[in-house]
Formats: sequence, structure tokens, C-alpha cells
Amino acid sequence: MKKGVLKRAMAVLALLSASALAESNGESMRLNLTKGVTDISQQVYDLHMTIFMICVVIGVVVFGAMFISMYLHRKSRGAKPANFHESTKVEIVWTVIPFLILIGIAIPAAKTLIAMEDPSNPDVTVLVTGSQWKWHYKYMDNDVEYYSVLATQPEQIHNKFEKQQNYLLEVDRPLVIPTGQKVRFLITSDDVIHSWWMPAFAVKKDANPGFINEAWTRVNEPGIYRGQCAELCGKDHGFMPIVVIAKEPADYQNWVDEQAEIQRKAKEEEQKLLAMNMSMEELMENGQKVYQSTCAACHQGNGEGLPGIFPALKNSPVATGDVKHHIDVVVHGVSGTAMQAFGKQLSLKDLASVITYERNAWGNSTGETVQAKDVNAVIKGQ
Amino acid sequence: MSSAAEQVHHDEHHDHHAPSGIKRWLYTTNHKDIGTLYLWFAFIMFLTGGAMAMVIRAELFEPGLQIVEPNFFNQMTTVHGLIMVFGAVMPAFTGLANWMVPMMIGAPDMALPRMNNWSFWILPFAFLILLSSLFLEGGGPNFGWTFYAPLSTTYSNDSTALFVFSVHIMGASSIMGAINVIVTIFNMRAPGMTFMKMPLFVWTWLITAFLLIAVMPVLAGAVTMVLTDKFFGTSFFNAAGGGDPVMFQHIFWFFGHPEVYIMILPAFGIISQIVPTFARKPLFGYASMVYATASIALLSFIVWAHHMFTTGMPLFAEMFFMIATMLISVPTGVKVFNWVATMWRGSLTFEVPMMFALAFIVLFTIGGFSGLMLAITPVDFQYHDTYFVVAHFHYVLVTGAIFSIMAAAYYWLPKWTGKMYDVTLAKWHFWCSLISVNLLFFPMHFVGLAGMPRRIPDYSLQFADFNKWISIGGFAFGLSQLIFLALLIKACKKQGEPVSARVWEGAEGLEWEVPSPAPYHTFETPPVVK
Repeated sequence: MKKGVLKRAMAVLALLSASALAESNGESMRLNLTKGVTDISQQVYDLHMTIFMICVVIGVVVFGAMFISMYLHRKSRGAKPANFHESTKVEIVWTVIPFLILIGIAIPAAKTLIAMEDPSNPDVTVLVTGSQWKWHYKYMDNDVEYYSVLATQPEQIHNKFEKQQNYLLEVDRPLVIPTGQKVRFLITSDDVIHSWWMPAFAVKKDANPGFINEAWTRVNEPGIYRGQCAELCGKDHGFMPIVVIAKEPADYQNWVDEQAEIQRKAKEEEQKLLAMNMSMEELMENGQKVYQSTCAACHQGNGEGLPGIFPALKNSPVATGDVKHHIDVVVHGVSGTAMQAFGKQLSLKDLASVITYERNAWGNSTGETVQAKDVNAVIKGQ
Repeated sequence: MSSAAEQVHHDEHHDHHAPSGIKRWLYTTNHKDIGTLYLWFAFIMFLTGGAMAMVIRAELFEPGLQIVEPNFFNQMTTVHGLIMVFGAVMPAFTGLANWMVPMMIGAPDMALPRMNNWSFWILPFAFLILLSSLFLEGGGPNFGWTFYAPLSTTYSNDSTALFVFSVHIMGASSIMGAINVIVTIFNMRAPGMTFMKMPLFVWTWLITAFLLIAVMPVLAGAVTMVLTDKFFGTSFFNAAGGGDPVMFQHIFWFFGHPEVYIMILPAFGIISQIVPTFARKPLFGYASMVYATASIALLSFIVWAHHMFTTGMPLFAEMFFMIATMLISVPTGVKVFNWVATMWRGSLTFEVPMMFALAFIVLFTIGGFSGLMLAITPVDFQYHDTYFVVAHFHYVLVTGAIFSIMAAAYYWLPKWTGKMYDVTLAKWHFWCSLISVNLLFFPMHFVGLAGMPRRIPDYSLQFADFNKWISIGGFAFGLSQLIFLALLIKACKKQGEPVSARVWEGAEGLEWEVPSPAPYHTFETPPVVK
């Protein structure tokens, strides 16, 4: 017994110290907290190592005393029991010492905390909005906003294709921020609670629907940083990663101007689209793509939904009934349910094609096409 | 006090008047019968919740989705948590309280025997309702055992109503159990059994019972608000209607944090009984143990928001809850120091209950260390909702609470059956459990620190190696519990060597004064405690 416990304790300590050392061995087998790329994340790492080492020392002392006692004071070694069972002096000592240690930790912890909770005077502000199961980024100082969704192919998740290096940690459009500048995140949600977590920045803040949280970072090194949603947010909680690219300020400025221009042009294009009619084939082809990336997570690729949770579209009254109502549901969502308002998420073209697709796929043979102007009419409330 | 003749008399008495077969168990008001029912129920729930953990670990064996879909995975994590907390750990402690509290304070039975029967027999229905919801269209609860709104309200499926109802029944059962313990301890102590002479297990349960009465109604309030938000159009947790989703978390954790201590204080009591027995030396610092337990219980009401540091609280609140949480480690530390001091210069032997108790002290303390790390708010931002937290609470709940329950079972089982259990099997159970449980939970610290979030059915490739080992540890720990099952079945068949009344050489206390097996009725005439 005693040997076993000793061995276990040794193994535990060996593992613990391994965890402390292995950190330097790079990304592939990281066992410890990241030091990150900001001053704050470095402070957090230092606090983590301090409290960890204090725990190791206390553990060695307490378990050491216990194991010594287990060895020396065994009945099989002829130990006779003493009869002491009280000592106010000792009790006071081992109440006061831990108390002092705690004060010693609390002071640096409080300092770091105060720094972390000061998002004042930012250089750049980004509104981060979580929804099931994607992130939306809106640059408050520029006309740039977009959704960021998982880019890993479903075939990799379902083990049909080989998993690539950044499996589940890759998105179609990463957040881009400048290095060396104070970036403030305003964090909120459109539906359930999510949590925006970037380990390399030591930023984790819940996205609460109806409320806005603040966090900030100042990244020291350019690079690509990866994180994940940290609060259970439903079925695909494990599939809404976060990727941030930190660029030199000049590169960042070029990027953001370029994006603003692209988004302005896209809006113009959209207006032109109102005068045009797309063919059924075009609508169905584009609609299928949009459906798979936007709708299939809930309504499933085959349109059958998940009974009792997400309704089927196949043969559904909405997808085969009044077209205006169908457009309304897709554009404005259904309040009190998980059905989101896609009017602000998708372009008119994508909305038109996905609604057309839903009305003509899986045996829903309404034969109707929906055009951008039809969708626009519902959006404008006509 | 109970001679053999008395015992025969009692047994006859019982045979003549009590129903037999299934009716004996349905109608019983005997604290020992009800204790046995609670313990078997808890063990069955432990295996059921464990089977769900096996599903979770099988899915997480390698990256990718193999066995279950994410929605079912979420149901497994949710129901695993609910069953282990409300179905396994809490009923097991209530079962131990039923068996041991009257015998330890020299009372003939629990104070409210009929309520005792009822508080047990509503439990199986609560869990039948919960489990049956898994088979409904859309499945059972899938929002985590913490059922954060609005995931559990607007965005949940209709089985939420069944979840709410079953939690209500569990809560009612717990409250009745707690009332019974308090009334029994206050009114039925033998002459001379003053409060400061009560065994530590009785003390810790008394304090636990007060915690239960204080917070189970809060849980009932939380689930009721979830119910009305979902089905009756209220907006307690809906910002669009003037509510606040974070308020749900405040209410839930105001219940949830004392709940944590509900699941560990009786464990402290058990360890405080076992260590002195096998050290052959009185418990060191009895009074400070009582005060430490009481201070932990009081502090448990002012630390709830340390579960919520990332929700965006004001700086002042974060500071307050960080410091209050760190304070809890002081009385908890006192307890561990006292156990070690009890062993110091004792005359130690290492029977199976002591093996589990020693494993408890070391492994629970490791869970305590990670708890202290989690208390440091700025670092908690990195730990929160990762596998580091999963490692932490499984160390305190599995190698803490559950190991203490096993220690208690091995300690008192000979008193219950009158026979020594199969010690070889018990040692196999101990060593297999000890090794596999550490393989299961220790690497979770590392994957958590490396950044793996909780409650995900699939993970990135960097976590693959460790998760494989964790799953292997999980399967091994699950299988190890079947050894315990075999041992318990043998023990219930009354196989094994008869034991003396005292059973263990160093055992002290009233429960060891009555014969083994403990007669159906004990202490009809109260003993006098010197």
C-alpha cells in the first residue's frame, strides 16, 4: 500500500513537472497554458505558474508528512499510538500561514485583473456577435462586417476525408486586427450564450443575448491565432472556432480599406440584381451551396430536420405553401425559436436562391422561383 | 446493551408483524431498510450515469464523429451530470445518514420514519421521468446539467417540462431527507450525547442538511422560472422581455455552490471517522474540525459567482468572489492538516476503508489545489469551461465524494451484514479504481490547459493522444466498478467470515457497541454516553 501510494505520488509529481517543462516544446504537444502574445497573457501565465508552484510545494509538504507517517507509524513496525489530539498553537499556525500565502497571491492577481478590465481608450473597436453556430465581426470605425464560420469540410468530421492540420480550428473569414494597438471587443449574442475565447490573448468573455460585454487586447506579434467558443451553445457548440490574424498596422489599414471597398461594391451589385431575373438552374445551383453552409446544420442536408428539435422542410407547409410567408420566415426568423433572421446574414441573391432551393428540393416541387426583388419586397415590408 | 436474546426477540417481532417480500421494502419505515434502499438506488444510478460517461468517452476516443451525433452527445453529458449529482452522490450520502446517524447518536430510528419512506420512494420516479425523456422525439435535456437559459428555455425542446418536473421531485426528496436528519439529530440523541460529543459524520451531515434546506428551494425556483419562461411566456431570463440571462446563472450557482459542499461535507465526516480508527488515535482537533465544517458551509453562500467570472461582472464583484473563494481553502486546508496530524504517531494499519480514505486525502487535495488555481480570476479566464475544470470537479467528486462513499461502504458493510466482505475483491477494486481513475482524470488537466473546451463531441488533432488515454482510463474505471458490484452481491448473500461487534480493532463509537449484523431495531432503550 505505502509503496504504491508513494509511487503514484512520484508519478503525479513527475507528470506535473513534465507539464511545466514541456511547454517549451512547441505547439504539437502543448501540455501547459500558453504564454500567449500579449503582455496580459504573459502576466496570466506567470500567475498560473506561481499558484501552481505554491500548490506543488504545499502538496510536497503535506503528502510528505502523510507518507512519512505511513512509513514510520505503521503498526507492523511496532508503532504504539500516541494520545495527543489537540494543539491550539498548531491549529493557529496552519490557519495563519495559508492565509498569508493567499494574500501573497491575491495582490498580483488583483493587479492583473484591474489591467484586464480596463478597455478604455481603444484604437480599434470590433463588435463580436455570436449566434448558433458562427461569429459575426463588425468594425465599428469602418464599414466592414462579416460572418466567420467553420471551414472544415463535413467529410473530415464524418471521417470520410483525412483530417487536416487545423481540423475544427479553421474559419472561412478570420477576424483581422492590428498589432501594437489596443483593440476593444464588444461582445454580444443573437440567441443563446456563447463565449469568445482566444487563448493567446487570455481573453474569454461570454456573449450574452441582449447585453454587451467588453474586453480588450494588444497583440505584440503578427500571426494567426486560434480559439473556440467556450460556452455550451447547443448542438454545434464544438464547431464554431475563432481565428484571428494580427497584422502590422499598415497592412491592417490596407486590408480594412480593401474590405470596405469590396463591401460597398457588393451592395451596389445587389441593387442591380433587383432588375434582373435569375434562371431556375442558377438559383438551384447557388441555393444548394447556401443551404448546405447555412441551413443544413439544423434542417439537415436532406431537409428532414431533427424530429422534435428542428422542423423538416421536406413537405413542410412553409416550404410548399405561400411564398411570401416562406420569405418572411427566412428573412425575419421566428421569434421564440432557434430560427434566425437571415435577412441581415445573406445577400439578396443568396436568400432568393436558397428559398428557391427549399421550394424545389427533396420532392418539394412547387416549380416556383424566387427572385432578389421578391425578397427585397419582403425586407422593405411591401 | 443489545444482548443476543434481545436481538432474537426483535427479529421475531419483525417476522410477525412486518410485511415480507416487495411489500417489506415498499412499506418500510425502518431506517436501516431505507438506508439500504438509498444505497442500492445510488449504486444503480452510479452505474447508469457511468454508462453514459462510457458513451461520452467512446465518442471522444478519437477526433471526428463516430458513434453519436452532437445532439445526443449533449444529452449524455447533461443526463450524466444530473444522474451522478442527484442520483448517485446525494442519495448515497442520504443512505449512509439513514443507516448510521441513528446508530451513532444512540437513537432507535429516524425521527420521521414515514416521511423517510416517502422521501426515498419518490426518487425512482424522478429518475424514471428524467431517463424516459431521452426516448422522446427530440430527445431529453441537452443543455448541460447547469441548464443555462436561454439554451434551456427558448432554444430547448419540449422534454424540458419533464426535466423540470423530475428536478422538482429530486429536490422534494432531498429536502425531506434533510429535515429528517436535522430533527433526528436535534431530538433523538442519547442521554449524554452532547453536540460536541457527536461523531464528525453526524456533525457534517447536520450542517449539510441545513445547506440542503437553504438551497434546494432556490433550485426549485430556478427550474420553475425556466418552465414558465419556456411554456408560459414569462421573461425572467429573456432580455427582449426585460429579463436577464445572467440572472439565471446567479440563481443557479447560488444553489450550485452550496450544492458542491453538500456533496463533500459528509465525505469529510466519513474520512474523519475512518482515519482515527485505523490510526488507533483520536481525531486531531475535533473542535476545529467542527468549526472548519461550519465555516466552509457559511462561506459557500458567498462564493457562487466564481463560476461566472467570464459573464462580465463588475471588477468589484470579481475581486470579492476571488477573495471569498480563496478563503475557503483555509478551513479546507485545516481539515487535511488535521487528518495528517491524526495519523502522525498513530499505529497505522491499511485495511480497505483506510486505503480508500488515504486515496481520498491525496486525490481530493489535488482537486482542492486545482480549485485554488481556478479561484484566481485572471487565470480563471483561461481555465474556465475547459477540461481543466472537468479534471478539477471530477477529482473532488469522484476521487473525493465517491471514494469516500466507497470507503464508508467498506468501513460499515461488515456492521450491516455481520460478515466480512471478500477482502481480495475489495483490494482489486481499490487498486483498479485508483490507477484507472488517475489515468482518466489526470491528463484532463493537460488537455484543458492546452485549450480543449468542455462539452464538445469532437476536438482538434492536438488533443488526440491524450483523449485516447483518458478514454482507456474511463473504460477501465467503469469496468472496475463491476468488481464492487460482485463484492456487494456476495456480501448481500451473507457470504464471508462472521465479524465481532467492534469489527475493526480501533473502532470507537456507539455503532460498534451493537452486535454485527446490527439488529433490525437498535437502541430501543437509549444508551448512556459518558
